[in-house]
Order: sequence, then C-alpha cells, then structure tokens
Amino acid sequence: MSQSNTTLRIELQFSGGMELLFDNQKTIHAKVPAFFPLDDSAEEKHAATIRDLISWTASNLLKERPELFIGADGSVRSGILVLVNGADWELEGELDYELEDRDEIVFISTLHGG
Amino acid sequence: MSAPTATTESLEVRVKRLEQEKAALEQELRALRLEQSITLTASAPLAHSTNGEGAKNDLQGVPSSSTVFTPFEKVAALTNPEIARYGRQLILPGFGIQAQMDLRNCSMLVVGAGGLGASCALYLGAAGVGRLGIVDHDTVDISNLHRQVIHNEARQGMSKARSAALSVQLLNPHCEVVVHELVLESSNAQDIINAYDIIIDATDNVATRYLLNDASVLGQKPLVSGSALRLDGQLTIYNYRGGPCYRCLFPTPPPSETVTNCSDGGVLGVVPGIVGCLQALEAIKVATGLNKEDPPTMTLFSANSSTMFRTIKLRKRKAECIMCGDSPTITKLIDYVRFCGSSATDKTPDLFLIPYNERITCQSYEELLKCRVPHLLLDVREKVQFDICSLPSSLNIPLKALPNELEKVKANLEGQADRPVYVVCRRGNDSQPAVRILQENGITTGEVKDIVGGLERWSNTIDPDFPKY
Repeated sequence: MSQSNTTLRIELQFSGGMELLFDNQKTIHAKVPAFFPLDDSAEEKHAATIRDLISWTASNLLKERPELFIGADGSVRSGILVLVNGADWELEGELDYELEDRDEIVFISTLHGG
Repeated sequence: MSAPTATTESLEVRVKRLEQEKAALEQELRALRLEQSITLTASAPLAHSTNGEGAKNDLQGVPSSSTVFTPFEKVAALTNPEIARYGRQLILPGFGIQAQMDLRNCSMLVVGAGGLGASCALYLGAAGVGRLGIVDHDTVDISNLHRQVIHNEARQGMSKARSAALSVQLLNPHCEVVVHELVLESSNAQDIINAYDIIIDATDNVATRYLLNDASVLGQKPLVSGSALRLDGQLTIYNYRGGPCYRCLFPTPPPSETVTNCSDGGVLGVVPGIVGCLQALEAIKVATGLNKEDPPTMTLFSANSSTMFRTIKLRKRKAECIMCGDSPTITKLIDYVRFCGSSATDKTPDLFLIPYNERITCQSYEELLKCRVPHLLLDVREKVQFDICSLPSSLNIPLKALPNELEKVKANLEGQADRPVYVVCRRGNDSQPAVRILQENGITTGEVKDIVGGLERWSNTIDPDFPKY
C-alpha cells in the first residue's frame, strides 16, 4: 500500500483555549493513519473515525493533562465542541464520522467568561 | 430662538409647540439631574461601598426590580423626539419605522453588567429598546474598567447594575431601565425572565449559564449568549426557531478545573466589548425579525487569528434533550451550583488542599526574611505574571512546568540538603499542589511550606507598595 493510502492529511485546529494543551499551536497539519486499530495483528481494521482521531491525537500530539481533552467513552470531555469541515459534528455522525483526506477538524473549548 | 410671532401663529400651534419644548426641557432636566447625582456619588464614594443604600436615593429616575412586574406598555407610534433620535435607523432600508417600533415595543434582559454587558446594554439602550432590565450583584472595581466601559472611575464600589442603568439613562432617557441588583438563582430567575421578551446571557460563570438556559427554555424566550476569555469570544442564540438550547450542545457541565475565569486567565478589554456588541446586534435582529430565515449557528471570534470571525452551522434542537426535547425531564429550575460543581460568580474560591501546619503566614515569612534564614523562595505563577512583580530573590517555575524542572529547584538549594523551601503564588492556591509535588519528590530534607494568601495577602498585610493585579 502506498503512503497516500495509509495516512490521511487532516488539518486539526484548536480554539477557545484548547491550543494551550497543544503547545499553543492553533493549527496542526497531521498525517493520521487511515485504518485502525494500529496493531498489525488486528484481524479486522476499519476506516479511521473521529473516535480514533481523538485517541490518536491524545497519544501523539497532546502535550499535557489528557483529562482536559479526553472524556468518557473515548469522546472529548464535556465542554468541548467538535467541528467537521465547519459544521457541528453532530450533523456528521459525531464519534462515528469516517475521516476523509483533507478534512478539517476543529476542537473548541467553550468559554464562560464575561 | 426665532419663534414666529403670535400674529402669524395660531393659538393651537403655539400651545403644541410650547408643549414640545417643555417636554424636551424636562427630558434635558432629567438627564442633568442624573449627571448631578453621579457627581454627588463621586464626592461621597463610601455611600456605595457597603450595601448600595446610598445609591438608591440618587437614582429616582431608575426603577428597581419591584417595578419590573408592572406590565410593559406598548405604544402605537413613536414620538417626535424619538423620530429625531432614531432618524438614521429609520431611513435605513430593510429596517425603518417598523423595526424601530418593534424595538420600542420589546423588553430585553441583560444578565451581567460586566465586559459583555457593558457594550451590549449601551448599544441596546441607544438603539431604542423600550424596556431594558440589567441584572448584576457585584460592585464596580478598578480592575473592571479596562473592559467594562459602561462604568467609570467615580463609580467604584457602586452596584454594577445601577451604574450600568445610569449610563444607559444618560445616553437615552427614552429607554426604560430596570435595575435587578441580585444574584440570579433558581428561586428568583423564572419570574424575572418571564417578564422580558429576549434574554441576553452576558454572565461570567457556568452555573448561571445553565440556569439562564433552563429558565429561558421554560419561559420560551430566545437566549442570546456570549462569552469571552483572553483573545477569544463565542456567540450563539439558543432556544430560537428550532435551534438547540445550551444543553443540546453541552448536556453535562465541564469539569470545574477546566473552567477559567477572566480574573485568572486574563482578557483583552476590547474582546468582550466586541462580543457584547454582537449580542446587541443579534438581540436587535431577533426583536425585529431580521434573522428569521437564518439556520442556527455559533460565531467564533479570535482576535489573534488570520480569520477573526468564523460562523459554524449548529445542530437543531435535539429531540432527546432533557430540557427542550420532546419529553423533557427537567420541568423546573434545579440547583445549578451543585449541578456544575462551581459557584455562581467568577470569583476564585480559596483552596484547602494541605493542612494549615504545612503552610506559613505572610507575617511568619517576613520574620524569616528579617532573621535572614537561608531558604529558597519558589514562585509558581506563570511567567507573564512573575514579570509584573515578584519578591526579591524568588525563583520562578510555573506550577505546570514544576514536575519537569525539579532539578532546577535542587540546584537552587546551593548544596544545602536541608534548606527550607517556601512556595508562593498569586493567592495561595497554586502554591499548595506545588508543595505536594516538592514533598513527594523529596526535594529537601528541610521544611516545604507555602505562603497562605500568596502575594495578594503580602500586599494587603505586609507591603502595601507591592502591586496587586
């Protein structure tokens, strides 16, 4: 399999303070594996979903305090909104959305100050 | 004034003209009296520093919360002074007299007279909203003024709700302003919210945001919600035309340790100002039906980003939402402080992580300095805060970096294995987990303690010249 088939180019964006967990980077151009699980011995692989992206991001990109990013059930913690190509992820299937090459995924922490 | 003479003017016209002049003079007089009351306030600031009793007498023009339940009277036409005032909006295509009348016959509630509420209330009052309620329990502090531009230097210690109401009245006496000088909570929120047409969430904490959402859903009111922190802002209209409520998006409150307030995270003053203006704009659009075709969206503002504004499409109301869904399980207001695990203000609470005997007071630390006891003073604030002010010969390692910089701490013991380490921060909260980290890693055989109350208390009790921020 060629490189382009095994990884997806995903633009990750962080906003509302999420960037502080990623070394203050607002945008990360990531090469994300196209199939999960990553374990080679796994018999059945599936196309990468947002669920996979969240755990992959936590293990590969997160700089500090995973509890401020990851929540229950492999999702993000409460108070984080996820956007898929500019739309609320709930419109796209939430955790089960299958990533496509050149997708833009945004993690926004809701703000409460005023 | 070059008034026509009695011979060229009929008696009837003259009476009308004089009545108009009288009304205009009365309005000017009201504005001047308000201005005067503020000058009096400035010369006697202590009158407002305790419970605001002194302020009440100065504010005869501004009704307080008891009057809100008098029905809001709609009108069939604008007066000539109103037409003169709103002329630039009246000639605006797509707005015009109908939209101006809609505003005049609309009542709005701005919850929070802080950074968001400041610009929002001013623009709503100026634009010609008929009745504007302002809720706030807090008083004006000097550290508010870089962003809360509705208040001013002379009003320190005055109720924010009253100060905001005064400013709106000075700007536009046609707007009826109602002061709600209280903490909005489950026991009082529903009655207040039911008395208004549009609710504006300009608050600063999670608990009040859920409270406002639920009360707005129960009262069937659109909720124009804004928030701001550091260089970012967010804006959404909840519970409006089939769009989501706050709980549809955020069914569970965020863990309290992930919530940052402006006092700890910092905020550039103009950022909440911009979001507050956007809230005023959205509220005007809701009142006048300008946005009735728009799908639900969230607008993200990021001051330091190449695209400052970004609007994203939001989900519709969720059928399974426990608040606004098809079979809601919440049918009355709940205990939001408990639900969110955080208080209904943006004040930072004191942390009590380590026992008192593992801490020292500012006084004891000063003694220790005077006696020249060799020790290491570790300041665990962020560098940006350390750069503002610090105690002499303190070592700065921010709490977040401490676990990775323990060697640096050891190196600063200058070879004395039992040299005591004292930890200081801004208020005596972050210093406590820092003490635990140092103890767990056996940094010194001497004592490790933190300074109770931090540098803020140092300034209050030991050295008044030490700056507070």
